[in-house]
Amino acid sequence: MSAPPLLELICPAGSLPALKAAVDNGADGVYLGLKDNTNARNFAGLNFDDKSLTEGIRYAQTKRRKVLMALNTYPQPATLPRWHKAVDTAASLGVDAIILADPGLMAYARKTHPQLRLHLSVQGSATSYEAVNFYRERFGIQRAVLPRVLSLAQVENVIANTDAEIELFGFGGLCVMVEGRCLLSSYACGDSPNTFGACSPGHAVRWEQTPKGMETRLNGVLIDRYADNEKAGYPTLCKGRFEVQGETYYALEEPTSLNSMEMLPEMARLGVAAIKIEGRQRSPAYVAQVTQVWRAAIDAVKKDRTAFKPQPAWLAALAKVSEGSMNTLGAYYRPWK
Amino acid sequence: MKLSLGPLLYYWSREDTLAFYEQAATWPLDIVYLGETVCSRRHLLRLPDWLELAEKFSAAGKEVVLSSQTLIESESDLKALRKLIANGREDGKRFKVEANEWGAVRLLAEAGREFVAGPTLNTYNPDTLDMLAEMGATRWVPPVEMPRTMIKEMLAALPSASNGAARLETELFGYGRLPLAFSARCFTARHYNLQKDDCQFRCLDHPDGLVLASREGEDFLAINGIQTQSARVMSLAHRFDELDTAGIDVLRLSPQSRQMERIVAIYRALADGDIAPKEAPAQLDRLMPAAPCDGYWLGEAGMAYHPAP
Repeated sequence: MSAPPLLELICPAGSLPALKAAVDNGADGVYLGLKDNTNARNFAGLNFDDKSLTEGIRYAQTKRRKVLMALNTYPQPATLPRWHKAVDTAASLGVDAIILADPGLMAYARKTHPQLRLHLSVQGSATSYEAVNFYRERFGIQRAVLPRVLSLAQVENVIANTDAEIELFGFGGLCVMVEGRCLLSSYACGDSPNTFGACSPGHAVRWEQTPKGMETRLNGVLIDRYADNEKAGYPTLCKGRFEVQGETYYALEEPTSLNSMEMLPEMARLGVAAIKIEGRQRSPAYVAQVTQVWRAAIDAVKKDRTAFKPQPAWLAALAKVSEGSMNTLGAYYRPWK
Repeated sequence: MKLSLGPLLYYWSREDTLAFYEQAATWPLDIVYLGETVCSRRHLLRLPDWLELAEKFSAAGKEVVLSSQTLIESESDLKALRKLIANGREDGKRFKVEANEWGAVRLLAEAGREFVAGPTLNTYNPDTLDMLAEMGATRWVPPVEMPRTMIKEMLAALPSASNGAARLETELFGYGRLPLAFSARCFTARHYNLQKDDCQFRCLDHPDGLVLASREGEDFLAINGIQTQSARVMSLAHRFDELDTAGIDVLRLSPQSRQMERIVAIYRALADGDIAPKEAPAQLDRLMPAAPCDGYWLGEAGMAYHPAP
């Protein structure tokens, strides 16, 4: 038996050029989705059809990199056959694993394609080893991606109590809510990540220059208003400025990016199997830059854990591409909570 | 149509909580859900207190269900979950548990216990629902965003009498501020510039949540510790006659700090046919902490509201 994976670098591929950028810059694996709501980045212009998927798999696997397909939204009664077909497609094209959130879909995959490797998506909201082990025992999942809500001490406790490999988010846009447990978007505009595969979807977004400044709205609800000297951001609704008891501020979360690089030595010590980079909605240039930096960082940690320090040049490169140009350790660092 | 009182989502003083449940024991409810589902730091009532309340409701002829924590983060959360599930009673019987995440499902199924599949299990299709029934679920609560058309499709697609699905009840979140999201971060503590570990229990000051408005004064959401709710109050009173045909067996009323007795009475009158659905909104209006919404039921944005069908 080969040694269990340690700190595999899993990068986002929202398109074939992004996939190639990830592979060329040192990703151990890429994750991608189809052009519909079977995955949680259902945005116009993103994702893969049969042709680009076939080419992407060939490109990555020729260079011995893995392709993981995200089918991580929740199938609904009327459309269940489409999710089943997507699982069949993944199996027939030979992806290395599929990333699922829905137990019913896992049962289908397990029964129909027993050889196909299953990962539990972050959208499955499994934050304890009891939950991870439910999917492990029942469907034989090999890996679980943990929601961005646990401190590293809590991650350690999960790892100590399960045979499943654990994958953590390392870098990128930060959901402040437990993934799979957030309906804010459907409350505002009818579409949620769970069912539609997107949060704050483009069709509900309006940008409007007004005398008070640039206003961003989601289905009519004012999410933020920007002064002339401020850079307007996409109206992801948890990252807007709201009024609570007369005070206007980022009531839920600032527009920041997660960057856990300084915790890599600790993640290596815990035996974290893989680090996921967020950003299938970002450009190939972003993917290339972030992949390159994280490849260097992970290689450095593996070489000498104790001497590891994120290099200023790496952090500068990441800061340039970060959402809001600010970084946080998120829940890995407990005081953030 | 049975009526249930959902788990208390807010944090009230011990006196207020006990007084609320003292009164609730006399209300015309069929089912009562007890326990802390939102935040593990809330401790004014502990498991023995909840069990004492459970015995009282049981003695008053109500079905009692203990609701489990939605977000499990630490080993001590798991310890509390295991204790909640074990909940031994003197007569050797145990109270049923509502599982609000899949770790609880695993533990309940392992123990061979029947359970209620809570709204945060993300049961979006008949395959998952059927699996839950087979594992011991006797009732399920759809995700609060699920429209009536989909609930109907779910039930129509379930395999019939061959397994547990035949006796599976469907319970809808029918009244109250909608629980929409959970986070590791506490937004109430954040509002007061406090860290979660030193939150000073500010939730106590906001017995129906802390309203978050847009910058043009539109009430949008309500902050309740690590939970984010709708500012508007989901209310299906005016659509009460649509519930039966959609296959709803139980309607869940979520506790609010004031006027809950009268709200329960209005829904009871609806269930008994003593008032017509179209008469209900005018009666409820003065009793609600905010404007109503019913969009999810209709397959629209959750915050939408359509007064009369």
